[in-house]
Amino acid sequence: MGRMGFSPKHACLTDEKDPNRQKITNLTSCLLVSCQLNLHCEVRPPFSSKFPLPFFPSLPIGTKATKMSTAFSAANFSTQSFPLNHTSTTSHDSPLVFAKPTSQFLRSTRKLRLSSSSKLNLNRRSGTVVAVSDVVKQKKSKSTPTLLITKEEGLELYEDMVLGRAFEDMCAQMYYRGKMFGFVHLYNGQEAVSTGFIKLLKQQDSVVSTYRDHVHALSKGVPARAVMSELFGKTTGCCRGQGGSMHMFSREHNLLGGFAFIGEGIPVATGAAFTSKYKREVLKEADCDHVTLAFFGDGTCNNGQFFECLNMAALWKLPIVFVVENNLWAIGMSHLRSTSDPQIYKKGPAFGMPGIHVDGMDVLKVREVAKEAIGRARRGEGPTLVECETYRFRGHSLADPDELRDPAEKAHYAARDPITALKKYLTENNLASDAELKAIDKKIDEVVEDAVEFADESPVPPRSQLLENVFADPKGFGIGPDGRYRCEDPKFTEGTAHV
Amino acid sequence: MALRNIIGKRIGNGIGLVGRRSLSTATCDVENRNSKSMNLYSAINQALHLALETDPRAFVFGEDVSFGGVFRCTTGLADRFGKARVFNTPLCEQGIVGFGIGLAAMGNRAIAEIQFADYIYPAFDQIVNEAAKFRYRSGNQFNCGGLTIRAPYGAVGHGGHYHSQSPEAFFCHVPGIKVVIPRSPRQAKGLLLSCIRDPNPVVFFEPKWLYRLAVEEVPEHDYMLPLSEAEVIRQGSDITLVGWGAQLTIMEQACIEAEKDGISCELIDLKTLMPWDKETVEASVRKTGRVLISHEAPVTGGFGAEISASIVERCFLRLEAPVARVCGLDTPFPLVFEPFYMPSKNKVLDAIKATVDY
Repeated sequence: MGRMGFSPKHACLTDEKDPNRQKITNLTSCLLVSCQLNLHCEVRPPFSSKFPLPFFPSLPIGTKATKMSTAFSAANFSTQSFPLNHTSTTSHDSPLVFAKPTSQFLRSTRKLRLSSSSKLNLNRRSGTVVAVSDVVKQKKSKSTPTLLITKEEGLELYEDMVLGRAFEDMCAQMYYRGKMFGFVHLYNGQEAVSTGFIKLLKQQDSVVSTYRDHVHALSKGVPARAVMSELFGKTTGCCRGQGGSMHMFSREHNLLGGFAFIGEGIPVATGAAFTSKYKREVLKEADCDHVTLAFFGDGTCNNGQFFECLNMAALWKLPIVFVVENNLWAIGMSHLRSTSDPQIYKKGPAFGMPGIHVDGMDVLKVREVAKEAIGRARRGEGPTLVECETYRFRGHSLADPDELRDPAEKAHYAARDPITALKKYLTENNLASDAELKAIDKKIDEVVEDAVEFADESPVPPRSQLLENVFADPKGFGIGPDGRYRCEDPKFTEGTAHV
Repeated sequence: MALRNIIGKRIGNGIGLVGRRSLSTATCDVENRNSKSMNLYSAINQALHLALETDPRAFVFGEDVSFGGVFRCTTGLADRFGKARVFNTPLCEQGIVGFGIGLAAMGNRAIAEIQFADYIYPAFDQIVNEAAKFRYRSGNQFNCGGLTIRAPYGAVGHGGHYHSQSPEAFFCHVPGIKVVIPRSPRQAKGLLLSCIRDPNPVVFFEPKWLYRLAVEEVPEHDYMLPLSEAEVIRQGSDITLVGWGAQLTIMEQACIEAEKDGISCELIDLKTLMPWDKETVEASVRKTGRVLISHEAPVTGGFGAEISASIVERCFLRLEAPVARVCGLDTPFPLVFEPFYMPSKNKVLDAIKATVDY
């Protein structure tokens, strides 16, 4: 599997010596890279033109190009061409392993595609994205730097990521001081995914997360105070202290939870997505274009629920984006050793939706891919599977000694810290000065400190809360014959404690 | 928490030593030759080593087992027996158990680990519909007796909703599988070996609270403890207490306190919940006339209900007081409120007094 646990197919993104990596700072390259991975199973492109062309008019049916385009028909991203020299880094990566099985598979998909007569759609879609990339490519060739974000956006992204990082670091401190307890899973290192995606959402869009949900909650807009109080188990927490670290919910911000169980949230997200589609199409609320994002990890992609939902979402063309935070490890199990085909994005086309791979340590790349995926969902074109290659700097949870991962691998990813990368981008492109960024750092530190103080001072939930919300009646069935809460009865701890 | 550590250790030892004499026919045929002091996960680890040693067609698999597991119960197995016999599975409980059933059907011993009992629900379908009914459906042509599913269960102090559940009652309701729960390291090793070698599919719940806290002298040789035989671990004459797993620690403390008030309690460890040893419990109830059952799972529909109904059926006229159940509350397992939810020593003590003074 290689010293770093990377298979050759990952090398093109992570290889330091890869010349492509240095250039991967804009949309086109991002798409190119994702194309490489999507397409390298096809081994080589059928043409060498630099600029993308719509495939259908120019190529006869039956060539590999058509297969590619039809198979990934819904994938606007993968119909781009790329200069030949880019392919050389990937095309010799065990072509035998991937070419044969996948090409058969693609052929079968192609049949489905043609029979559903979606060719016209394909034309239109690939035409649209071609134009964008075309423009960007031309800009690039004039060697003026194309900035992907404005100053305000850049500062917003920076602030969000720093908030996530500072918050998680504070969580660790508080945990070791005994102020919070239970199983806490920190998000250090993966901030780019959360910020890149969630900052493009509106308040009515929904997010479904996993147990590693503090930063998703923060990005979605849940105040740091509420999250910290929830971790401390206080009444002022977002769930009134009921759930703790792994169960962040917020009706106001449409955060449908933290789920301790892997994969449990994905069907929930699918149902939420159906609701918005229903509202739009059946109830005719034309402006209802709410999107749902489901975040989950690499281990979850081997779970039955994941596949079931990919099928349902593609079948019903739901406005959902499945975001895989592939940090290569499921507690102590390497993704590469537990998955027959570790390239998760390939599982999207298997179900009829585009599958994209993106460098999850670069917030700008994630943001560009997210824009397109969320845009697709908003336009009603259906689901997308986005695999973000990312890494968690800490162990699985605060109870995990993190002894199993290769220090070289950790160092490799630590060098690609998303916050440092964004800082560099902002300062090099004169979008922000060091002083401004430091001011943001300071502000965030204050926010986090304030959150801790607030949580400390908040009251612990009363015992009556224990019996609330078991059923719809918020008082639960903990009412004794005298009409008071049973748990307010001083004899509550005596006897057989029936409710 | 620190106090609980100390008490846990002491009681762990206490239970081990007291448990020698028993009213039932279960003979604790465990001689104290070459025993070593160890905790629960080490005892289970030893049992697994022995199981794999003695049967070349035994396999251990589950999530994260090859580095030793999140509770270290499977340390050293992969190194010793190789990755072909001890391997990690992807994160799919349904797949893990179904796969185990297939292995067992072809004559292997499949020891599947579910990382937390809370995660066993996706596999519930396979256990109930396949494992429990395999022999029955095939007219004894096939069976999955070689299947043993191990899962850590129960409260751990900070587990919250999904790391503290006690799902034993769901499985007790299924004819065709056995449910076994040990109370201490010595019991765990013997019972686990019996479960693995039992020709029926078994679900073995390990009380995760006791993984490190319970320390006991455990014999190093290969020994098995009989299934479906309850053990009287403390003799008494006023009231019978029935429990299993980590809850026995709590009940033992309550018994000691009740002793000070002159109430002599008889404590029974069921060990096997399905099929459970009705005779031992009945004999004890006939002696004392009162019974109290305690478990961590919610009271409504918990296994205590089955015990209560059976005892009432058998000993109705002998009973001097209603059957008392001191169990978890009927709510999802809470995070912050765990101390209020749990059937604590005080709750048990109060119930003992209420029953005796009925």
